[in-house]
Amino acid sequence: MSDPVAIEIAVFNVILLAMLFVVGAAVARLRSLFAIVMLTGAYSLLSAMWFVTLDAVDVAFTEAAVGAGVSTVLMLGAMLLTSRTAKADRRWARIGPLAVVLVTGSVLIYATTDMPAFGDPFSPANSYVGADYLVMTAADIDIPNIVTAVLSSYRGFDTLGETGVVFMAGIAVALLLGFGERSLSANRARGETAPVRTETKADKSDHHVVLRVVSRILIPVIGIYALYVHFHGELSAGGGFQAGVIISVAVVLYSLVFGIAAALDAVPVAFARGLAAFGVILYAGVGFYALTQGYNFLDYDAILSHGADAAGHHGDTNTHGQHIGIILIELGVLFAVAGSITTIYYAFAGRAPEIRDEDW
Amino acid sequence: MADFLASVGDVFALVRQPLGVGLCIAGALLCLIGSVGVIRFPDFYTRLHAASITDTAGASVLLVGMAFVSPTGWVVLKLVFIWLFLFMTGPTSSHAVANAAYLAGLAPKTGRRGDLTDDEGGWS
Repeated sequence: MSDPVAIEIAVFNVILLAMLFVVGAAVARLRSLFAIVMLTGAYSLLSAMWFVTLDAVDVAFTEAAVGAGVSTVLMLGAMLLTSRTAKADRRWARIGPLAVVLVTGSVLIYATTDMPAFGDPFSPANSYVGADYLVMTAADIDIPNIVTAVLSSYRGFDTLGETGVVFMAGIAVALLLGFGERSLSANRARGETAPVRTETKADKSDHHVVLRVVSRILIPVIGIYALYVHFHGELSAGGGFQAGVIISVAVVLYSLVFGIAAALDAVPVAFARGLAAFGVILYAGVGFYALTQGYNFLDYDAILSHGADAAGHHGDTNTHGQHIGIILIELGVLFAVAGSITTIYYAFAGRAPEIRDEDW
Repeated sequence: MADFLASVGDVFALVRQPLGVGLCIAGALLCLIGSVGVIRFPDFYTRLHAASITDTAGASVLLVGMAFVSPTGWVVLKLVFIWLFLFMTGPTSSHAVANAAYLAGLAPKTGRRGDLTDDEGGWS
């Protein structure tokens, strides 16, 4: 701890964790759901900062985009469907949850005594397979970002599972709430949404000019940034998960500023859910293609094993198959995540009545 | 002329670090003043004013300071992009918040200074 940088990082960690604690306590004390939603967004941003101090930039990305961006909007959408304030609970009814929290907390604190110290070179994560991955990536996969190598090559099957989980979450929310499209058309059939939309368009030209102009500049930049994060995933922090979330953030921003109907014209619901399904199929398809070539499931050497590259490498020493496989499955992840999150957003937004300015 | 440019370069190399650090501290102080304003000001709009202007200005000054101490030109370019992003999103989000509050019917507090010191009425 005598290293000044280490002390600085420790001080930052303590400050950030203390701020997280304060925000958490405020969320527990407040009754206004709107304030609570905003504070959970602040909580996510603080955690993202904390992840950056831990050098987990890709996790910080995801936390900032999902936690502070998409889920805040989803919670606001859910709040619009229910109530603006939490019911005050009776004093004695708080004892049970308090006991559960205290017991769980003490068990977790007890468990941390078994955890290896931060940065311990002999911890399980840094020895055994972890050390092997660090050594083997350069020869096997030949990409600089070892996280991407582990995620897509060594542990490709796990990542397929995660992609499937994201897809299933999207489908489950859509099955519970409807795909958005249907509830919107039901509103239209009842004559609720259509007249409101044309009316607010006239209003909006007065008050939301600044928002529309700035979003029109920002949304393409967000899209380009998502593609950068995606295609740079082999070289630096990022990849399909982060890029998919950023793309769906662009869709959410568009629909918040220009209205859900305009967003549905640009990215139809059927396209979003089709994209999610196509992503999972693309990922699994790469695996099955490897099977048909006589390789293991998701062994990307199957893609380009027979040709020689420019340096004359053959078979397993040729890493181009790995590169193509990683790009394909990362595209699958991108499609699945972007489609699923957009589907979830539509499921919430399609049910809420059009948000008018007076509602706030 | 070349001598003059070289001496300008020397002076720049000399003042680069202190100037950058000074600007960073100035930006941090601006952000701090903004936070004080958010707590002290009487109503929603004045608080938003304190938060928005000092945050955008403070972040800009901080970024200029960081550009002075940055080791390479690429870092300066990235800082310029961050500044552009902040300069577009910061005022826009403040505008959106103020606009929403105004359209929702929240009236700004007006009156003599003595009436404004207590904390009633705002959305706190």
